[in-house]
Amino acid sequence: MISTRQLVYRYAGGPELHFEDVDVAQGGVLLLRGASGWGKSTWLALAAGLLRPAEGELTVAGQAMQALGKVAGDAWRATTVGFLPQKLHLSSALTVHGNLAMAQWAAGVQTDEGRISEALAALDVQALARRKPAQLSGGQAQRVALARAVLLKPRVILADEPTASLDDEAASASLDLLRATAQRQGATLVIATHDARVAEFFKDEKGLKALQLGRRRP
Amino acid sequence: MKTIAFAWRYLWSRPLAAALNLLLLTLGLASITFLLLVGHQINQAFDRDLAGIDVVVGAKGSPMQLILSGVFHLDVPTGNVPLAAVKELEKHPQVAKIIPISLGDSFRGFRIVGTTPDYISHYEAQLAQGSLWAKPMQAVIGAQVAQQTGLKVGDSFTGTHGLGGGGEEHKLSPYVVSGVLAPSHTVLDRLVLTATESVWQVHETDTALDDDDRKVLEEDREITLALIQYKTPLAAVTFPRYINSSTEMQAAAPALEITRLLSMVGVGTEVLRALAGVLLLTAGLSVFIALWGAVRERRADLALLRMLGAPPGKVAGLLLCEALWLALLATVLGVLAGQGLTALLGWALQLEKSVLIGAISWPVELVSVPVLALGVALASALLPAWEAYRVSVFELLQSR
Repeated sequence: MISTRQLVYRYAGGPELHFEDVDVAQGGVLLLRGASGWGKSTWLALAAGLLRPAEGELTVAGQAMQALGKVAGDAWRATTVGFLPQKLHLSSALTVHGNLAMAQWAAGVQTDEGRISEALAALDVQALARRKPAQLSGGQAQRVALARAVLLKPRVILADEPTASLDDEAASASLDLLRATAQRQGATLVIATHDARVAEFFKDEKGLKALQLGRRRP
Repeated sequence: MKTIAFAWRYLWSRPLAAALNLLLLTLGLASITFLLLVGHQINQAFDRDLAGIDVVVGAKGSPMQLILSGVFHLDVPTGNVPLAAVKELEKHPQVAKIIPISLGDSFRGFRIVGTTPDYISHYEAQLAQGSLWAKPMQAVIGAQVAQQTGLKVGDSFTGTHGLGGGGEEHKLSPYVVSGVLAPSHTVLDRLVLTATESVWQVHETDTALDDDDRKVLEEDREITLALIQYKTPLAAVTFPRYINSSTEMQAAAPALEITRLLSMVGVGTEVLRALAGVLLLTAGLSVFIALWGAVRERRADLALLRMLGAPPGKVAGLLLCEALWLALLATVLGVLAGQGLTALLGWALQLEKSVLIGAISWPVELVSVPVLALGVALASALLPAWEAYRVSVFELLQSR
């Protein structure tokens, strides 16, 4: 679950961002909506434990983020949060398998071949394990990036603009995949987007929460 | 997978840059290795050939020339000295051992040395085949001479006048090979050794007009120089002074002359070392530029590693590990190339019948090669690693 109360983030020497309260049940979907510069990235960074709230409360998967230390934050993020960036950032130096092994290395866990195979199979990309990212189509690359995000079975999946620069069909397939993956894992799905198609896609979703972001000063 | 495995993959994901950096670093390290090995082996060769020789007495002239010609057989001698004068030295209370050396002829560029069996036992050389000479005009040849000329026990050969080859052949006075020495890794390996009397006989036969003339020549017999061992180290203070001031000969202390020689050669060595240093510096800069570029290029990838839970130190460690891979590979290749170059120089010197170097050796000084490689790699990687350490995940979220 995710819960915020009077959450405020203050940039060093810059503006303050005040976020509306929100409660999302475990397994639910939260849409962060707003134009560029309205705080979507900041909200994601706060939820991932990369930034600390200046005021208020933010609880993610039972962890009060304002109390999370930097070192503990790395370990917590590795096992609790899966991240799907807008640019997929699959390492071109590594194969698909290597990219997933790299995620386990980054999280400080032993390479688990069984888990890698399982994650790739769940997203139907097991046959691509020995390929380099340059040999993948856009859709295949997104599946691999998603397999990497859910490799350690996170309780929260943060997706940053997953439909940007995709046509309608691809955007729909991408969101289908995200929803199915999150549901299979029982993970809470947070999508930062300014794409109206995303809201349309999830409009009938049970447990859907939407947070319209906007810069407000007290 | 381990950090080293990922670092390896990242390193070779830019094969051209990695290969060029490796080449530069290898060249620098190979130069350093080559200089270290050659210096070490020349010192060893000098030490082996000088062992137990306290002073060399010969004709007046350049003392260094006397040492180079008499001990290392690299230069022409300063002249000859009367046999009688050297015999007198045998009675000197400070002299423990005298080894006479008579030069003048050569065989296919290898010097024919008239001496006594003491010369062979001085270097503790062993016979591989045959025996020592039992009479004049028998010769014992060094291992390198046997290998390059194909001479064996029982073969005969004639010397040519002069030390450089190309002189007149002494056809009337052929030598017979009585023995072949086992390799001793000393100057003996490239010498043809015979009794002092052989050298006299060759020249007296060739130059005497009649028996009377031969008798005159016999009375005026000379040798080229004498290698002398003292009875006491104190002799080093007084004996050379006695020779230089009271006789027509000169005494040269090998240790002194070699130190002088090495200090002269040392300037060249320092220049080469400085060049190798410049190469290493260039390699360091190149590695730095490559790693810096890699951090810039992979900034988002590195940030993603942070997002996936890698602590900053782990991300920086990945960069350092790439540099360490370069250092390790360059060390292995540089040392191998340095050994190869030294062997090549040794081969060339052997063809020139010069100082014996070139065998694979692992002097303790070689430790400085991996240390240098490590230092250059770490110094080059420090800033990029720090940049990687500081990479902000927030940038990743904002990079759209």
